[in-house]
Amino acid sequence: MKRRDFAKKATLSTFATLIGAEIVFGSSLMEGYNPLALQEPDPFKMFNKHKDMIVLNDKPWNIEAQAHLLDDKITPNSCMFIRNNGLVPEGNDAKNWTLTIDGESVINKKTYTLADLKSKFQQHTYQITIECGGNGRSEFNPPAKGNQWTIGAVHCATWTGVRLRDVLKDTGIKNNAVYIGYHATDLHLSREPGKEPISRGCPMHKALEDESLIAFKMNGEDIPLIHGYPLRLIVGGWPASVSGKWINRISIRNKVHDGPKMTGDSYKVPCEPVAPGEKVKDEDMCIIESMPVKSLITYPKTGAIIKEGKALNIRGHAWAGDLEVAKMEYSIDFGSTWKSCSIEKPSNRFAWQHFKATVNFPKKGYYEIWAKAIDSKGIAQPMLLPGWNPKGYLNNACHRIAVKVN
Amino acid sequence: MSKEEIFRRQIKKVYHLLLVLFSLFLITGGMLVYYTINPNFFTFKTKTETIVSTPVEVDEDRIENGIHVRTGLIDADGLMTVVNNCTNCHSAKLLIQNRMNTERWNATIKWMQETQNLWELGKNQEIIVNYLVANYPPKDKGRREILTNIEWYELKE
Repeated sequence: MKRRDFAKKATLSTFATLIGAEIVFGSSLMEGYNPLALQEPDPFKMFNKHKDMIVLNDKPWNIEAQAHLLDDKITPNSCMFIRNNGLVPEGNDAKNWTLTIDGESVINKKTYTLADLKSKFQQHTYQITIECGGNGRSEFNPPAKGNQWTIGAVHCATWTGVRLRDVLKDTGIKNNAVYIGYHATDLHLSREPGKEPISRGCPMHKALEDESLIAFKMNGEDIPLIHGYPLRLIVGGWPASVSGKWINRISIRNKVHDGPKMTGDSYKVPCEPVAPGEKVKDEDMCIIESMPVKSLITYPKTGAIIKEGKALNIRGHAWAGDLEVAKMEYSIDFGSTWKSCSIEKPSNRFAWQHFKATVNFPKKGYYEIWAKAIDSKGIAQPMLLPGWNPKGYLNNACHRIAVKVN
Repeated sequence: MSKEEIFRRQIKKVYHLLLVLFSLFLITGGMLVYYTINPNFFTFKTKTETIVSTPVEVDEDRIENGIHVRTGLIDADGLMTVVNNCTNCHSAKLLIQNRMNTERWNATIKWMQETQNLWELGKNQEIIVNYLVANYPPKDKGRREILTNIEWYELKE
């Protein structure tokens, strides 16, 4: 008997027990009909994700990594976090897919097919760190609203596409251009047709950077559906929500883009610092731009037990939004002393940087290794939670792992 | 016909009868073996029929160990009001993750009504908010929590 059939039969008999009666013609029923309860989708199979990824939400899909899953220098699809505001669009057809550039500040509104984009413009590949603005939200006190990301809403894959700048220059940009805003084909959770779940963007200077791409490949292959197939905007160093998935239109705006999740308190923090739990008016909230300096220890996995007298090699990645990481340190005594790690240069701007160190422990016992990155402006990660904000964005507090020396 | 010939014929008849019986045995045995390998052999159905039947009825809202199985929500006063109003658009996982007080839940409901197509809740709003605050209360996490749930393992290098 095939494993699947067996599972089906086993489930059917469970049902039978549950309802206290035999399911008549159970064996005939199996041919074309699956009871509803058997149709639960398996996200790990559906999205090709590693079994240790953590599902935070299944409607909409939100799945995060754990630190040790992010050990690769270039994150493979299997360990890339998934963040959705709406429902994943179905039946995306690359052959008939078009991208329209419009808006108040476009000179010539134009529509490109995917083939147009690939043939008309030079292609570029960059490795780009993309982190959700809400990564680390789970630690805020009082708790902040939204998916309770811990540390795994960050990845650094390679993206191939054409420069957004080249396409926008092809349509022409009026002098009064302020912002770009993307539009995509995902469906609002309420399933109201035409209602956008999310439509964000960035100021012109960010849109025109070398590394801002209209991408059609991820790690050398077609972008997986869940990560934006067939077209995704890639904007490094800023909240991942600027890197819109399934895009079919980009508007050049003469004002700050005002699509859903650009307004209210979405992807915004108080313009001036507030006390934990304080109420903040919408007009006192400012849009997040560059993400702050941050790092992750990706090896070893937390919970390692080692023998006394043995040195421990640690490694991980660090990134700093628009900036570069200048220095990397670790502490095994809760910040009383810090020692430096060696840190590599990024493979290109916005790629995370790899660090490593060899750690020695003075005696047996319980230790925590805390990692601290310092950016090119001398700003370091805090050991405690940074400034509280109503939506729990930008938690870049030091990552730590537990180690026991026996 | 001599006696001998009659006898011979009778023997032949018996012989044929035994042959038929034996081959019947073989065929039945063969079919039985085949049946154990392929139980669908005797269904004699060539095309898939559309089965019009009422779906298997499993209690969609069954409770196990104090948990509403379908959503994972705690079984308490107001459960079904929450299930019916709060899990149509998004998963109950979003409720379980979020820890808010009455004021902030009311503000969140207002936001959902203004921007996310949530309907007017009327008297149900109080039931829903009371359920959430009672069953999923915020806990004080301080400025940084200690590490918990560490899975210890021997590191082999």
